[in-house]
Amino acid sequence: MHPAYSIIFFTTASGAGYGLMFLLGLATATAVARPDGDGPAFAFAFGLSLVLVSAGLVSSAFHLGRPERALRAFTQWRTSWLSREACLAAATYVPAVLLGVGWWWGEPAGAWRYLGLPLAAGAAATVYATAMIYRSLAAVPRWSTGWVPAGYLALAAASGAVWLAFIATLFGAGGNLLVGVAAVLLVLAGVVKGGYWRAIGARSAESTIGSATGLDRLAPEARVHVLDPPHTEPNWLQREMGYQVARRHAERLRAITWVLAFIVPVILCFAAWFAGGSGGAGASVALGLAAASTSVGVLIERWLFFAEAEHKMALYYGKRHV
Amino acid sequence: MTALPETTRRKLGLVIDLDTCVGCHACVVHCKEWNTGGYPAPLSDADPYGAEPTGTWLNRVHSYEVETPGKAPRVVHFPKSCLHCEDAPCVTVCPTGASYKRAEDGIVLVDEDLCIGCKLCAWACPYGAREFDGGTGVMKKCTLCIDRIYNDHLADPVPACVSTCPARARHFGDLADPASEVSRLVADRGGYELMPETGCRPTNRYLPPRDAGPAPSDGEAGASGDPALPDASPEGGFLGWIDRLLSATAREEGDRGAPDDTGGR
Repeated sequence: MHPAYSIIFFTTASGAGYGLMFLLGLATATAVARPDGDGPAFAFAFGLSLVLVSAGLVSSAFHLGRPERALRAFTQWRTSWLSREACLAAATYVPAVLLGVGWWWGEPAGAWRYLGLPLAAGAAATVYATAMIYRSLAAVPRWSTGWVPAGYLALAAASGAVWLAFIATLFGAGGNLLVGVAAVLLVLAGVVKGGYWRAIGARSAESTIGSATGLDRLAPEARVHVLDPPHTEPNWLQREMGYQVARRHAERLRAITWVLAFIVPVILCFAAWFAGGSGGAGASVALGLAAASTSVGVLIERWLFFAEAEHKMALYYGKRHV
Repeated sequence: MTALPETTRRKLGLVIDLDTCVGCHACVVHCKEWNTGGYPAPLSDADPYGAEPTGTWLNRVHSYEVETPGKAPRVVHFPKSCLHCEDAPCVTVCPTGASYKRAEDGIVLVDEDLCIGCKLCAWACPYGAREFDGGTGVMKKCTLCIDRIYNDHLADPVPACVSTCPARARHFGDLADPASEVSRLVADRGGYELMPETGCRPTNRYLPPRDAGPAPSDGEAGASGDPALPDASPEGGFLGWIDRLLSATAREEGDRGAPDDTGGR
């Protein structure tokens, strides 16, 4: 599949944003984060999550052929995961705004803090809906696995946690709890991503050029190959869905993803832990680098997620099996 | 809502005969000609006379070669347009309701005024039947020429591709009716659906190429004296005398041969 930059940026940015929202919602609901102690750190982290989520949603409109009609995407939530994603994203703004109001004008530990629960649920549900858009496409067999939503959720939580640990430490509101949560979520995300790569490596092809054309029925050992494509030049279908990344190139990018998204940030989290999670300049630098490294790693992972996926349509243009 | 109808009263579709298709692309051209005028906006082309022409086509002809051990390699021309699936994944993924499948005849259509051009339907279709029109930013697809098949003023109310096919390789009809001409063709010729493993249950059917027979062995191919062909040379009389005379002359010329052809004798 063609890796469109607007979609890669959208899923990476909104993933980190919803990860932040999820953790901030839980921290507020459990009174781990309180307005009478964590004000500036919360304001910055909460503001960043809103910016990331909103920037992601706006950028996702850029890949539309008719962006001025984007509001129509809210109508088909009964059947379409893309519509569900749009509705959930919009609905999640409601507890987000109300929680912000409660934080600034409510009692420090008032009942408003339980708005953190619907916020966390909305954030998780939106990321799940994004992943299900891809998971539900049977035409792309590599995505037809439960590892896809697991990966989107785990990477959103991990990248949000690393950014939250960095921001909290920067404002002196951090602690080893946040650094520990970030490290655990990073390891979990690495395990899930490894599981996805193992699963897509182990699956056998469902369809062949023979079953796509039906010409394999001429004889069991018939070999079908393209004599003439329909056009002299590649068409839109081939550019959009026939995109293919070289195997060696993909392996190198997987290695870079492992290093940047998982290994380096986990090591930096340990460094920050030993530097004293709260306040220290060393811990802030380590966690800042960890956050940047994770986000770059997730961008590469997302590029690969699209570039490595093969579409069955490509069988008609000469691919032997998908 | 982009939910699929549980059943459709009729299943209008195409039956394509891969045995007779000659790969002339006339169906492709007539499809474009008809539908570029039938839509509110034409089926756009980009760089049509330049180095890398590309454009919107609702029907395409692929050409394949099938190699089978012990048989002559076989060229199969393979037209493909929307298959109007019963379980069309392109419809249910649509976030706007622009894509729908008609309950009355099973035709899958796009309402161009609702489409936001998110392209997800094209991602969902395993057959590559959906076309994104970069000129208007919306998705287009085969309509089974809905503006022809219900037009009583036309002498041939069939899809443009069917009306134009010089080899009669394309047939249009109701595949839900077992007595229809297309259903009988499917039954008689072993018509099949493409990629049944996708679970989309396409309506269109393909009739397989007939068996081409064993591969001709070397030296035998095209040679005169093929036992299958009766000898048409006249035996006697004036024509027989002419035939013998000409054959003898031809043999003498053959014996002299070309100068560079003598080494092997």
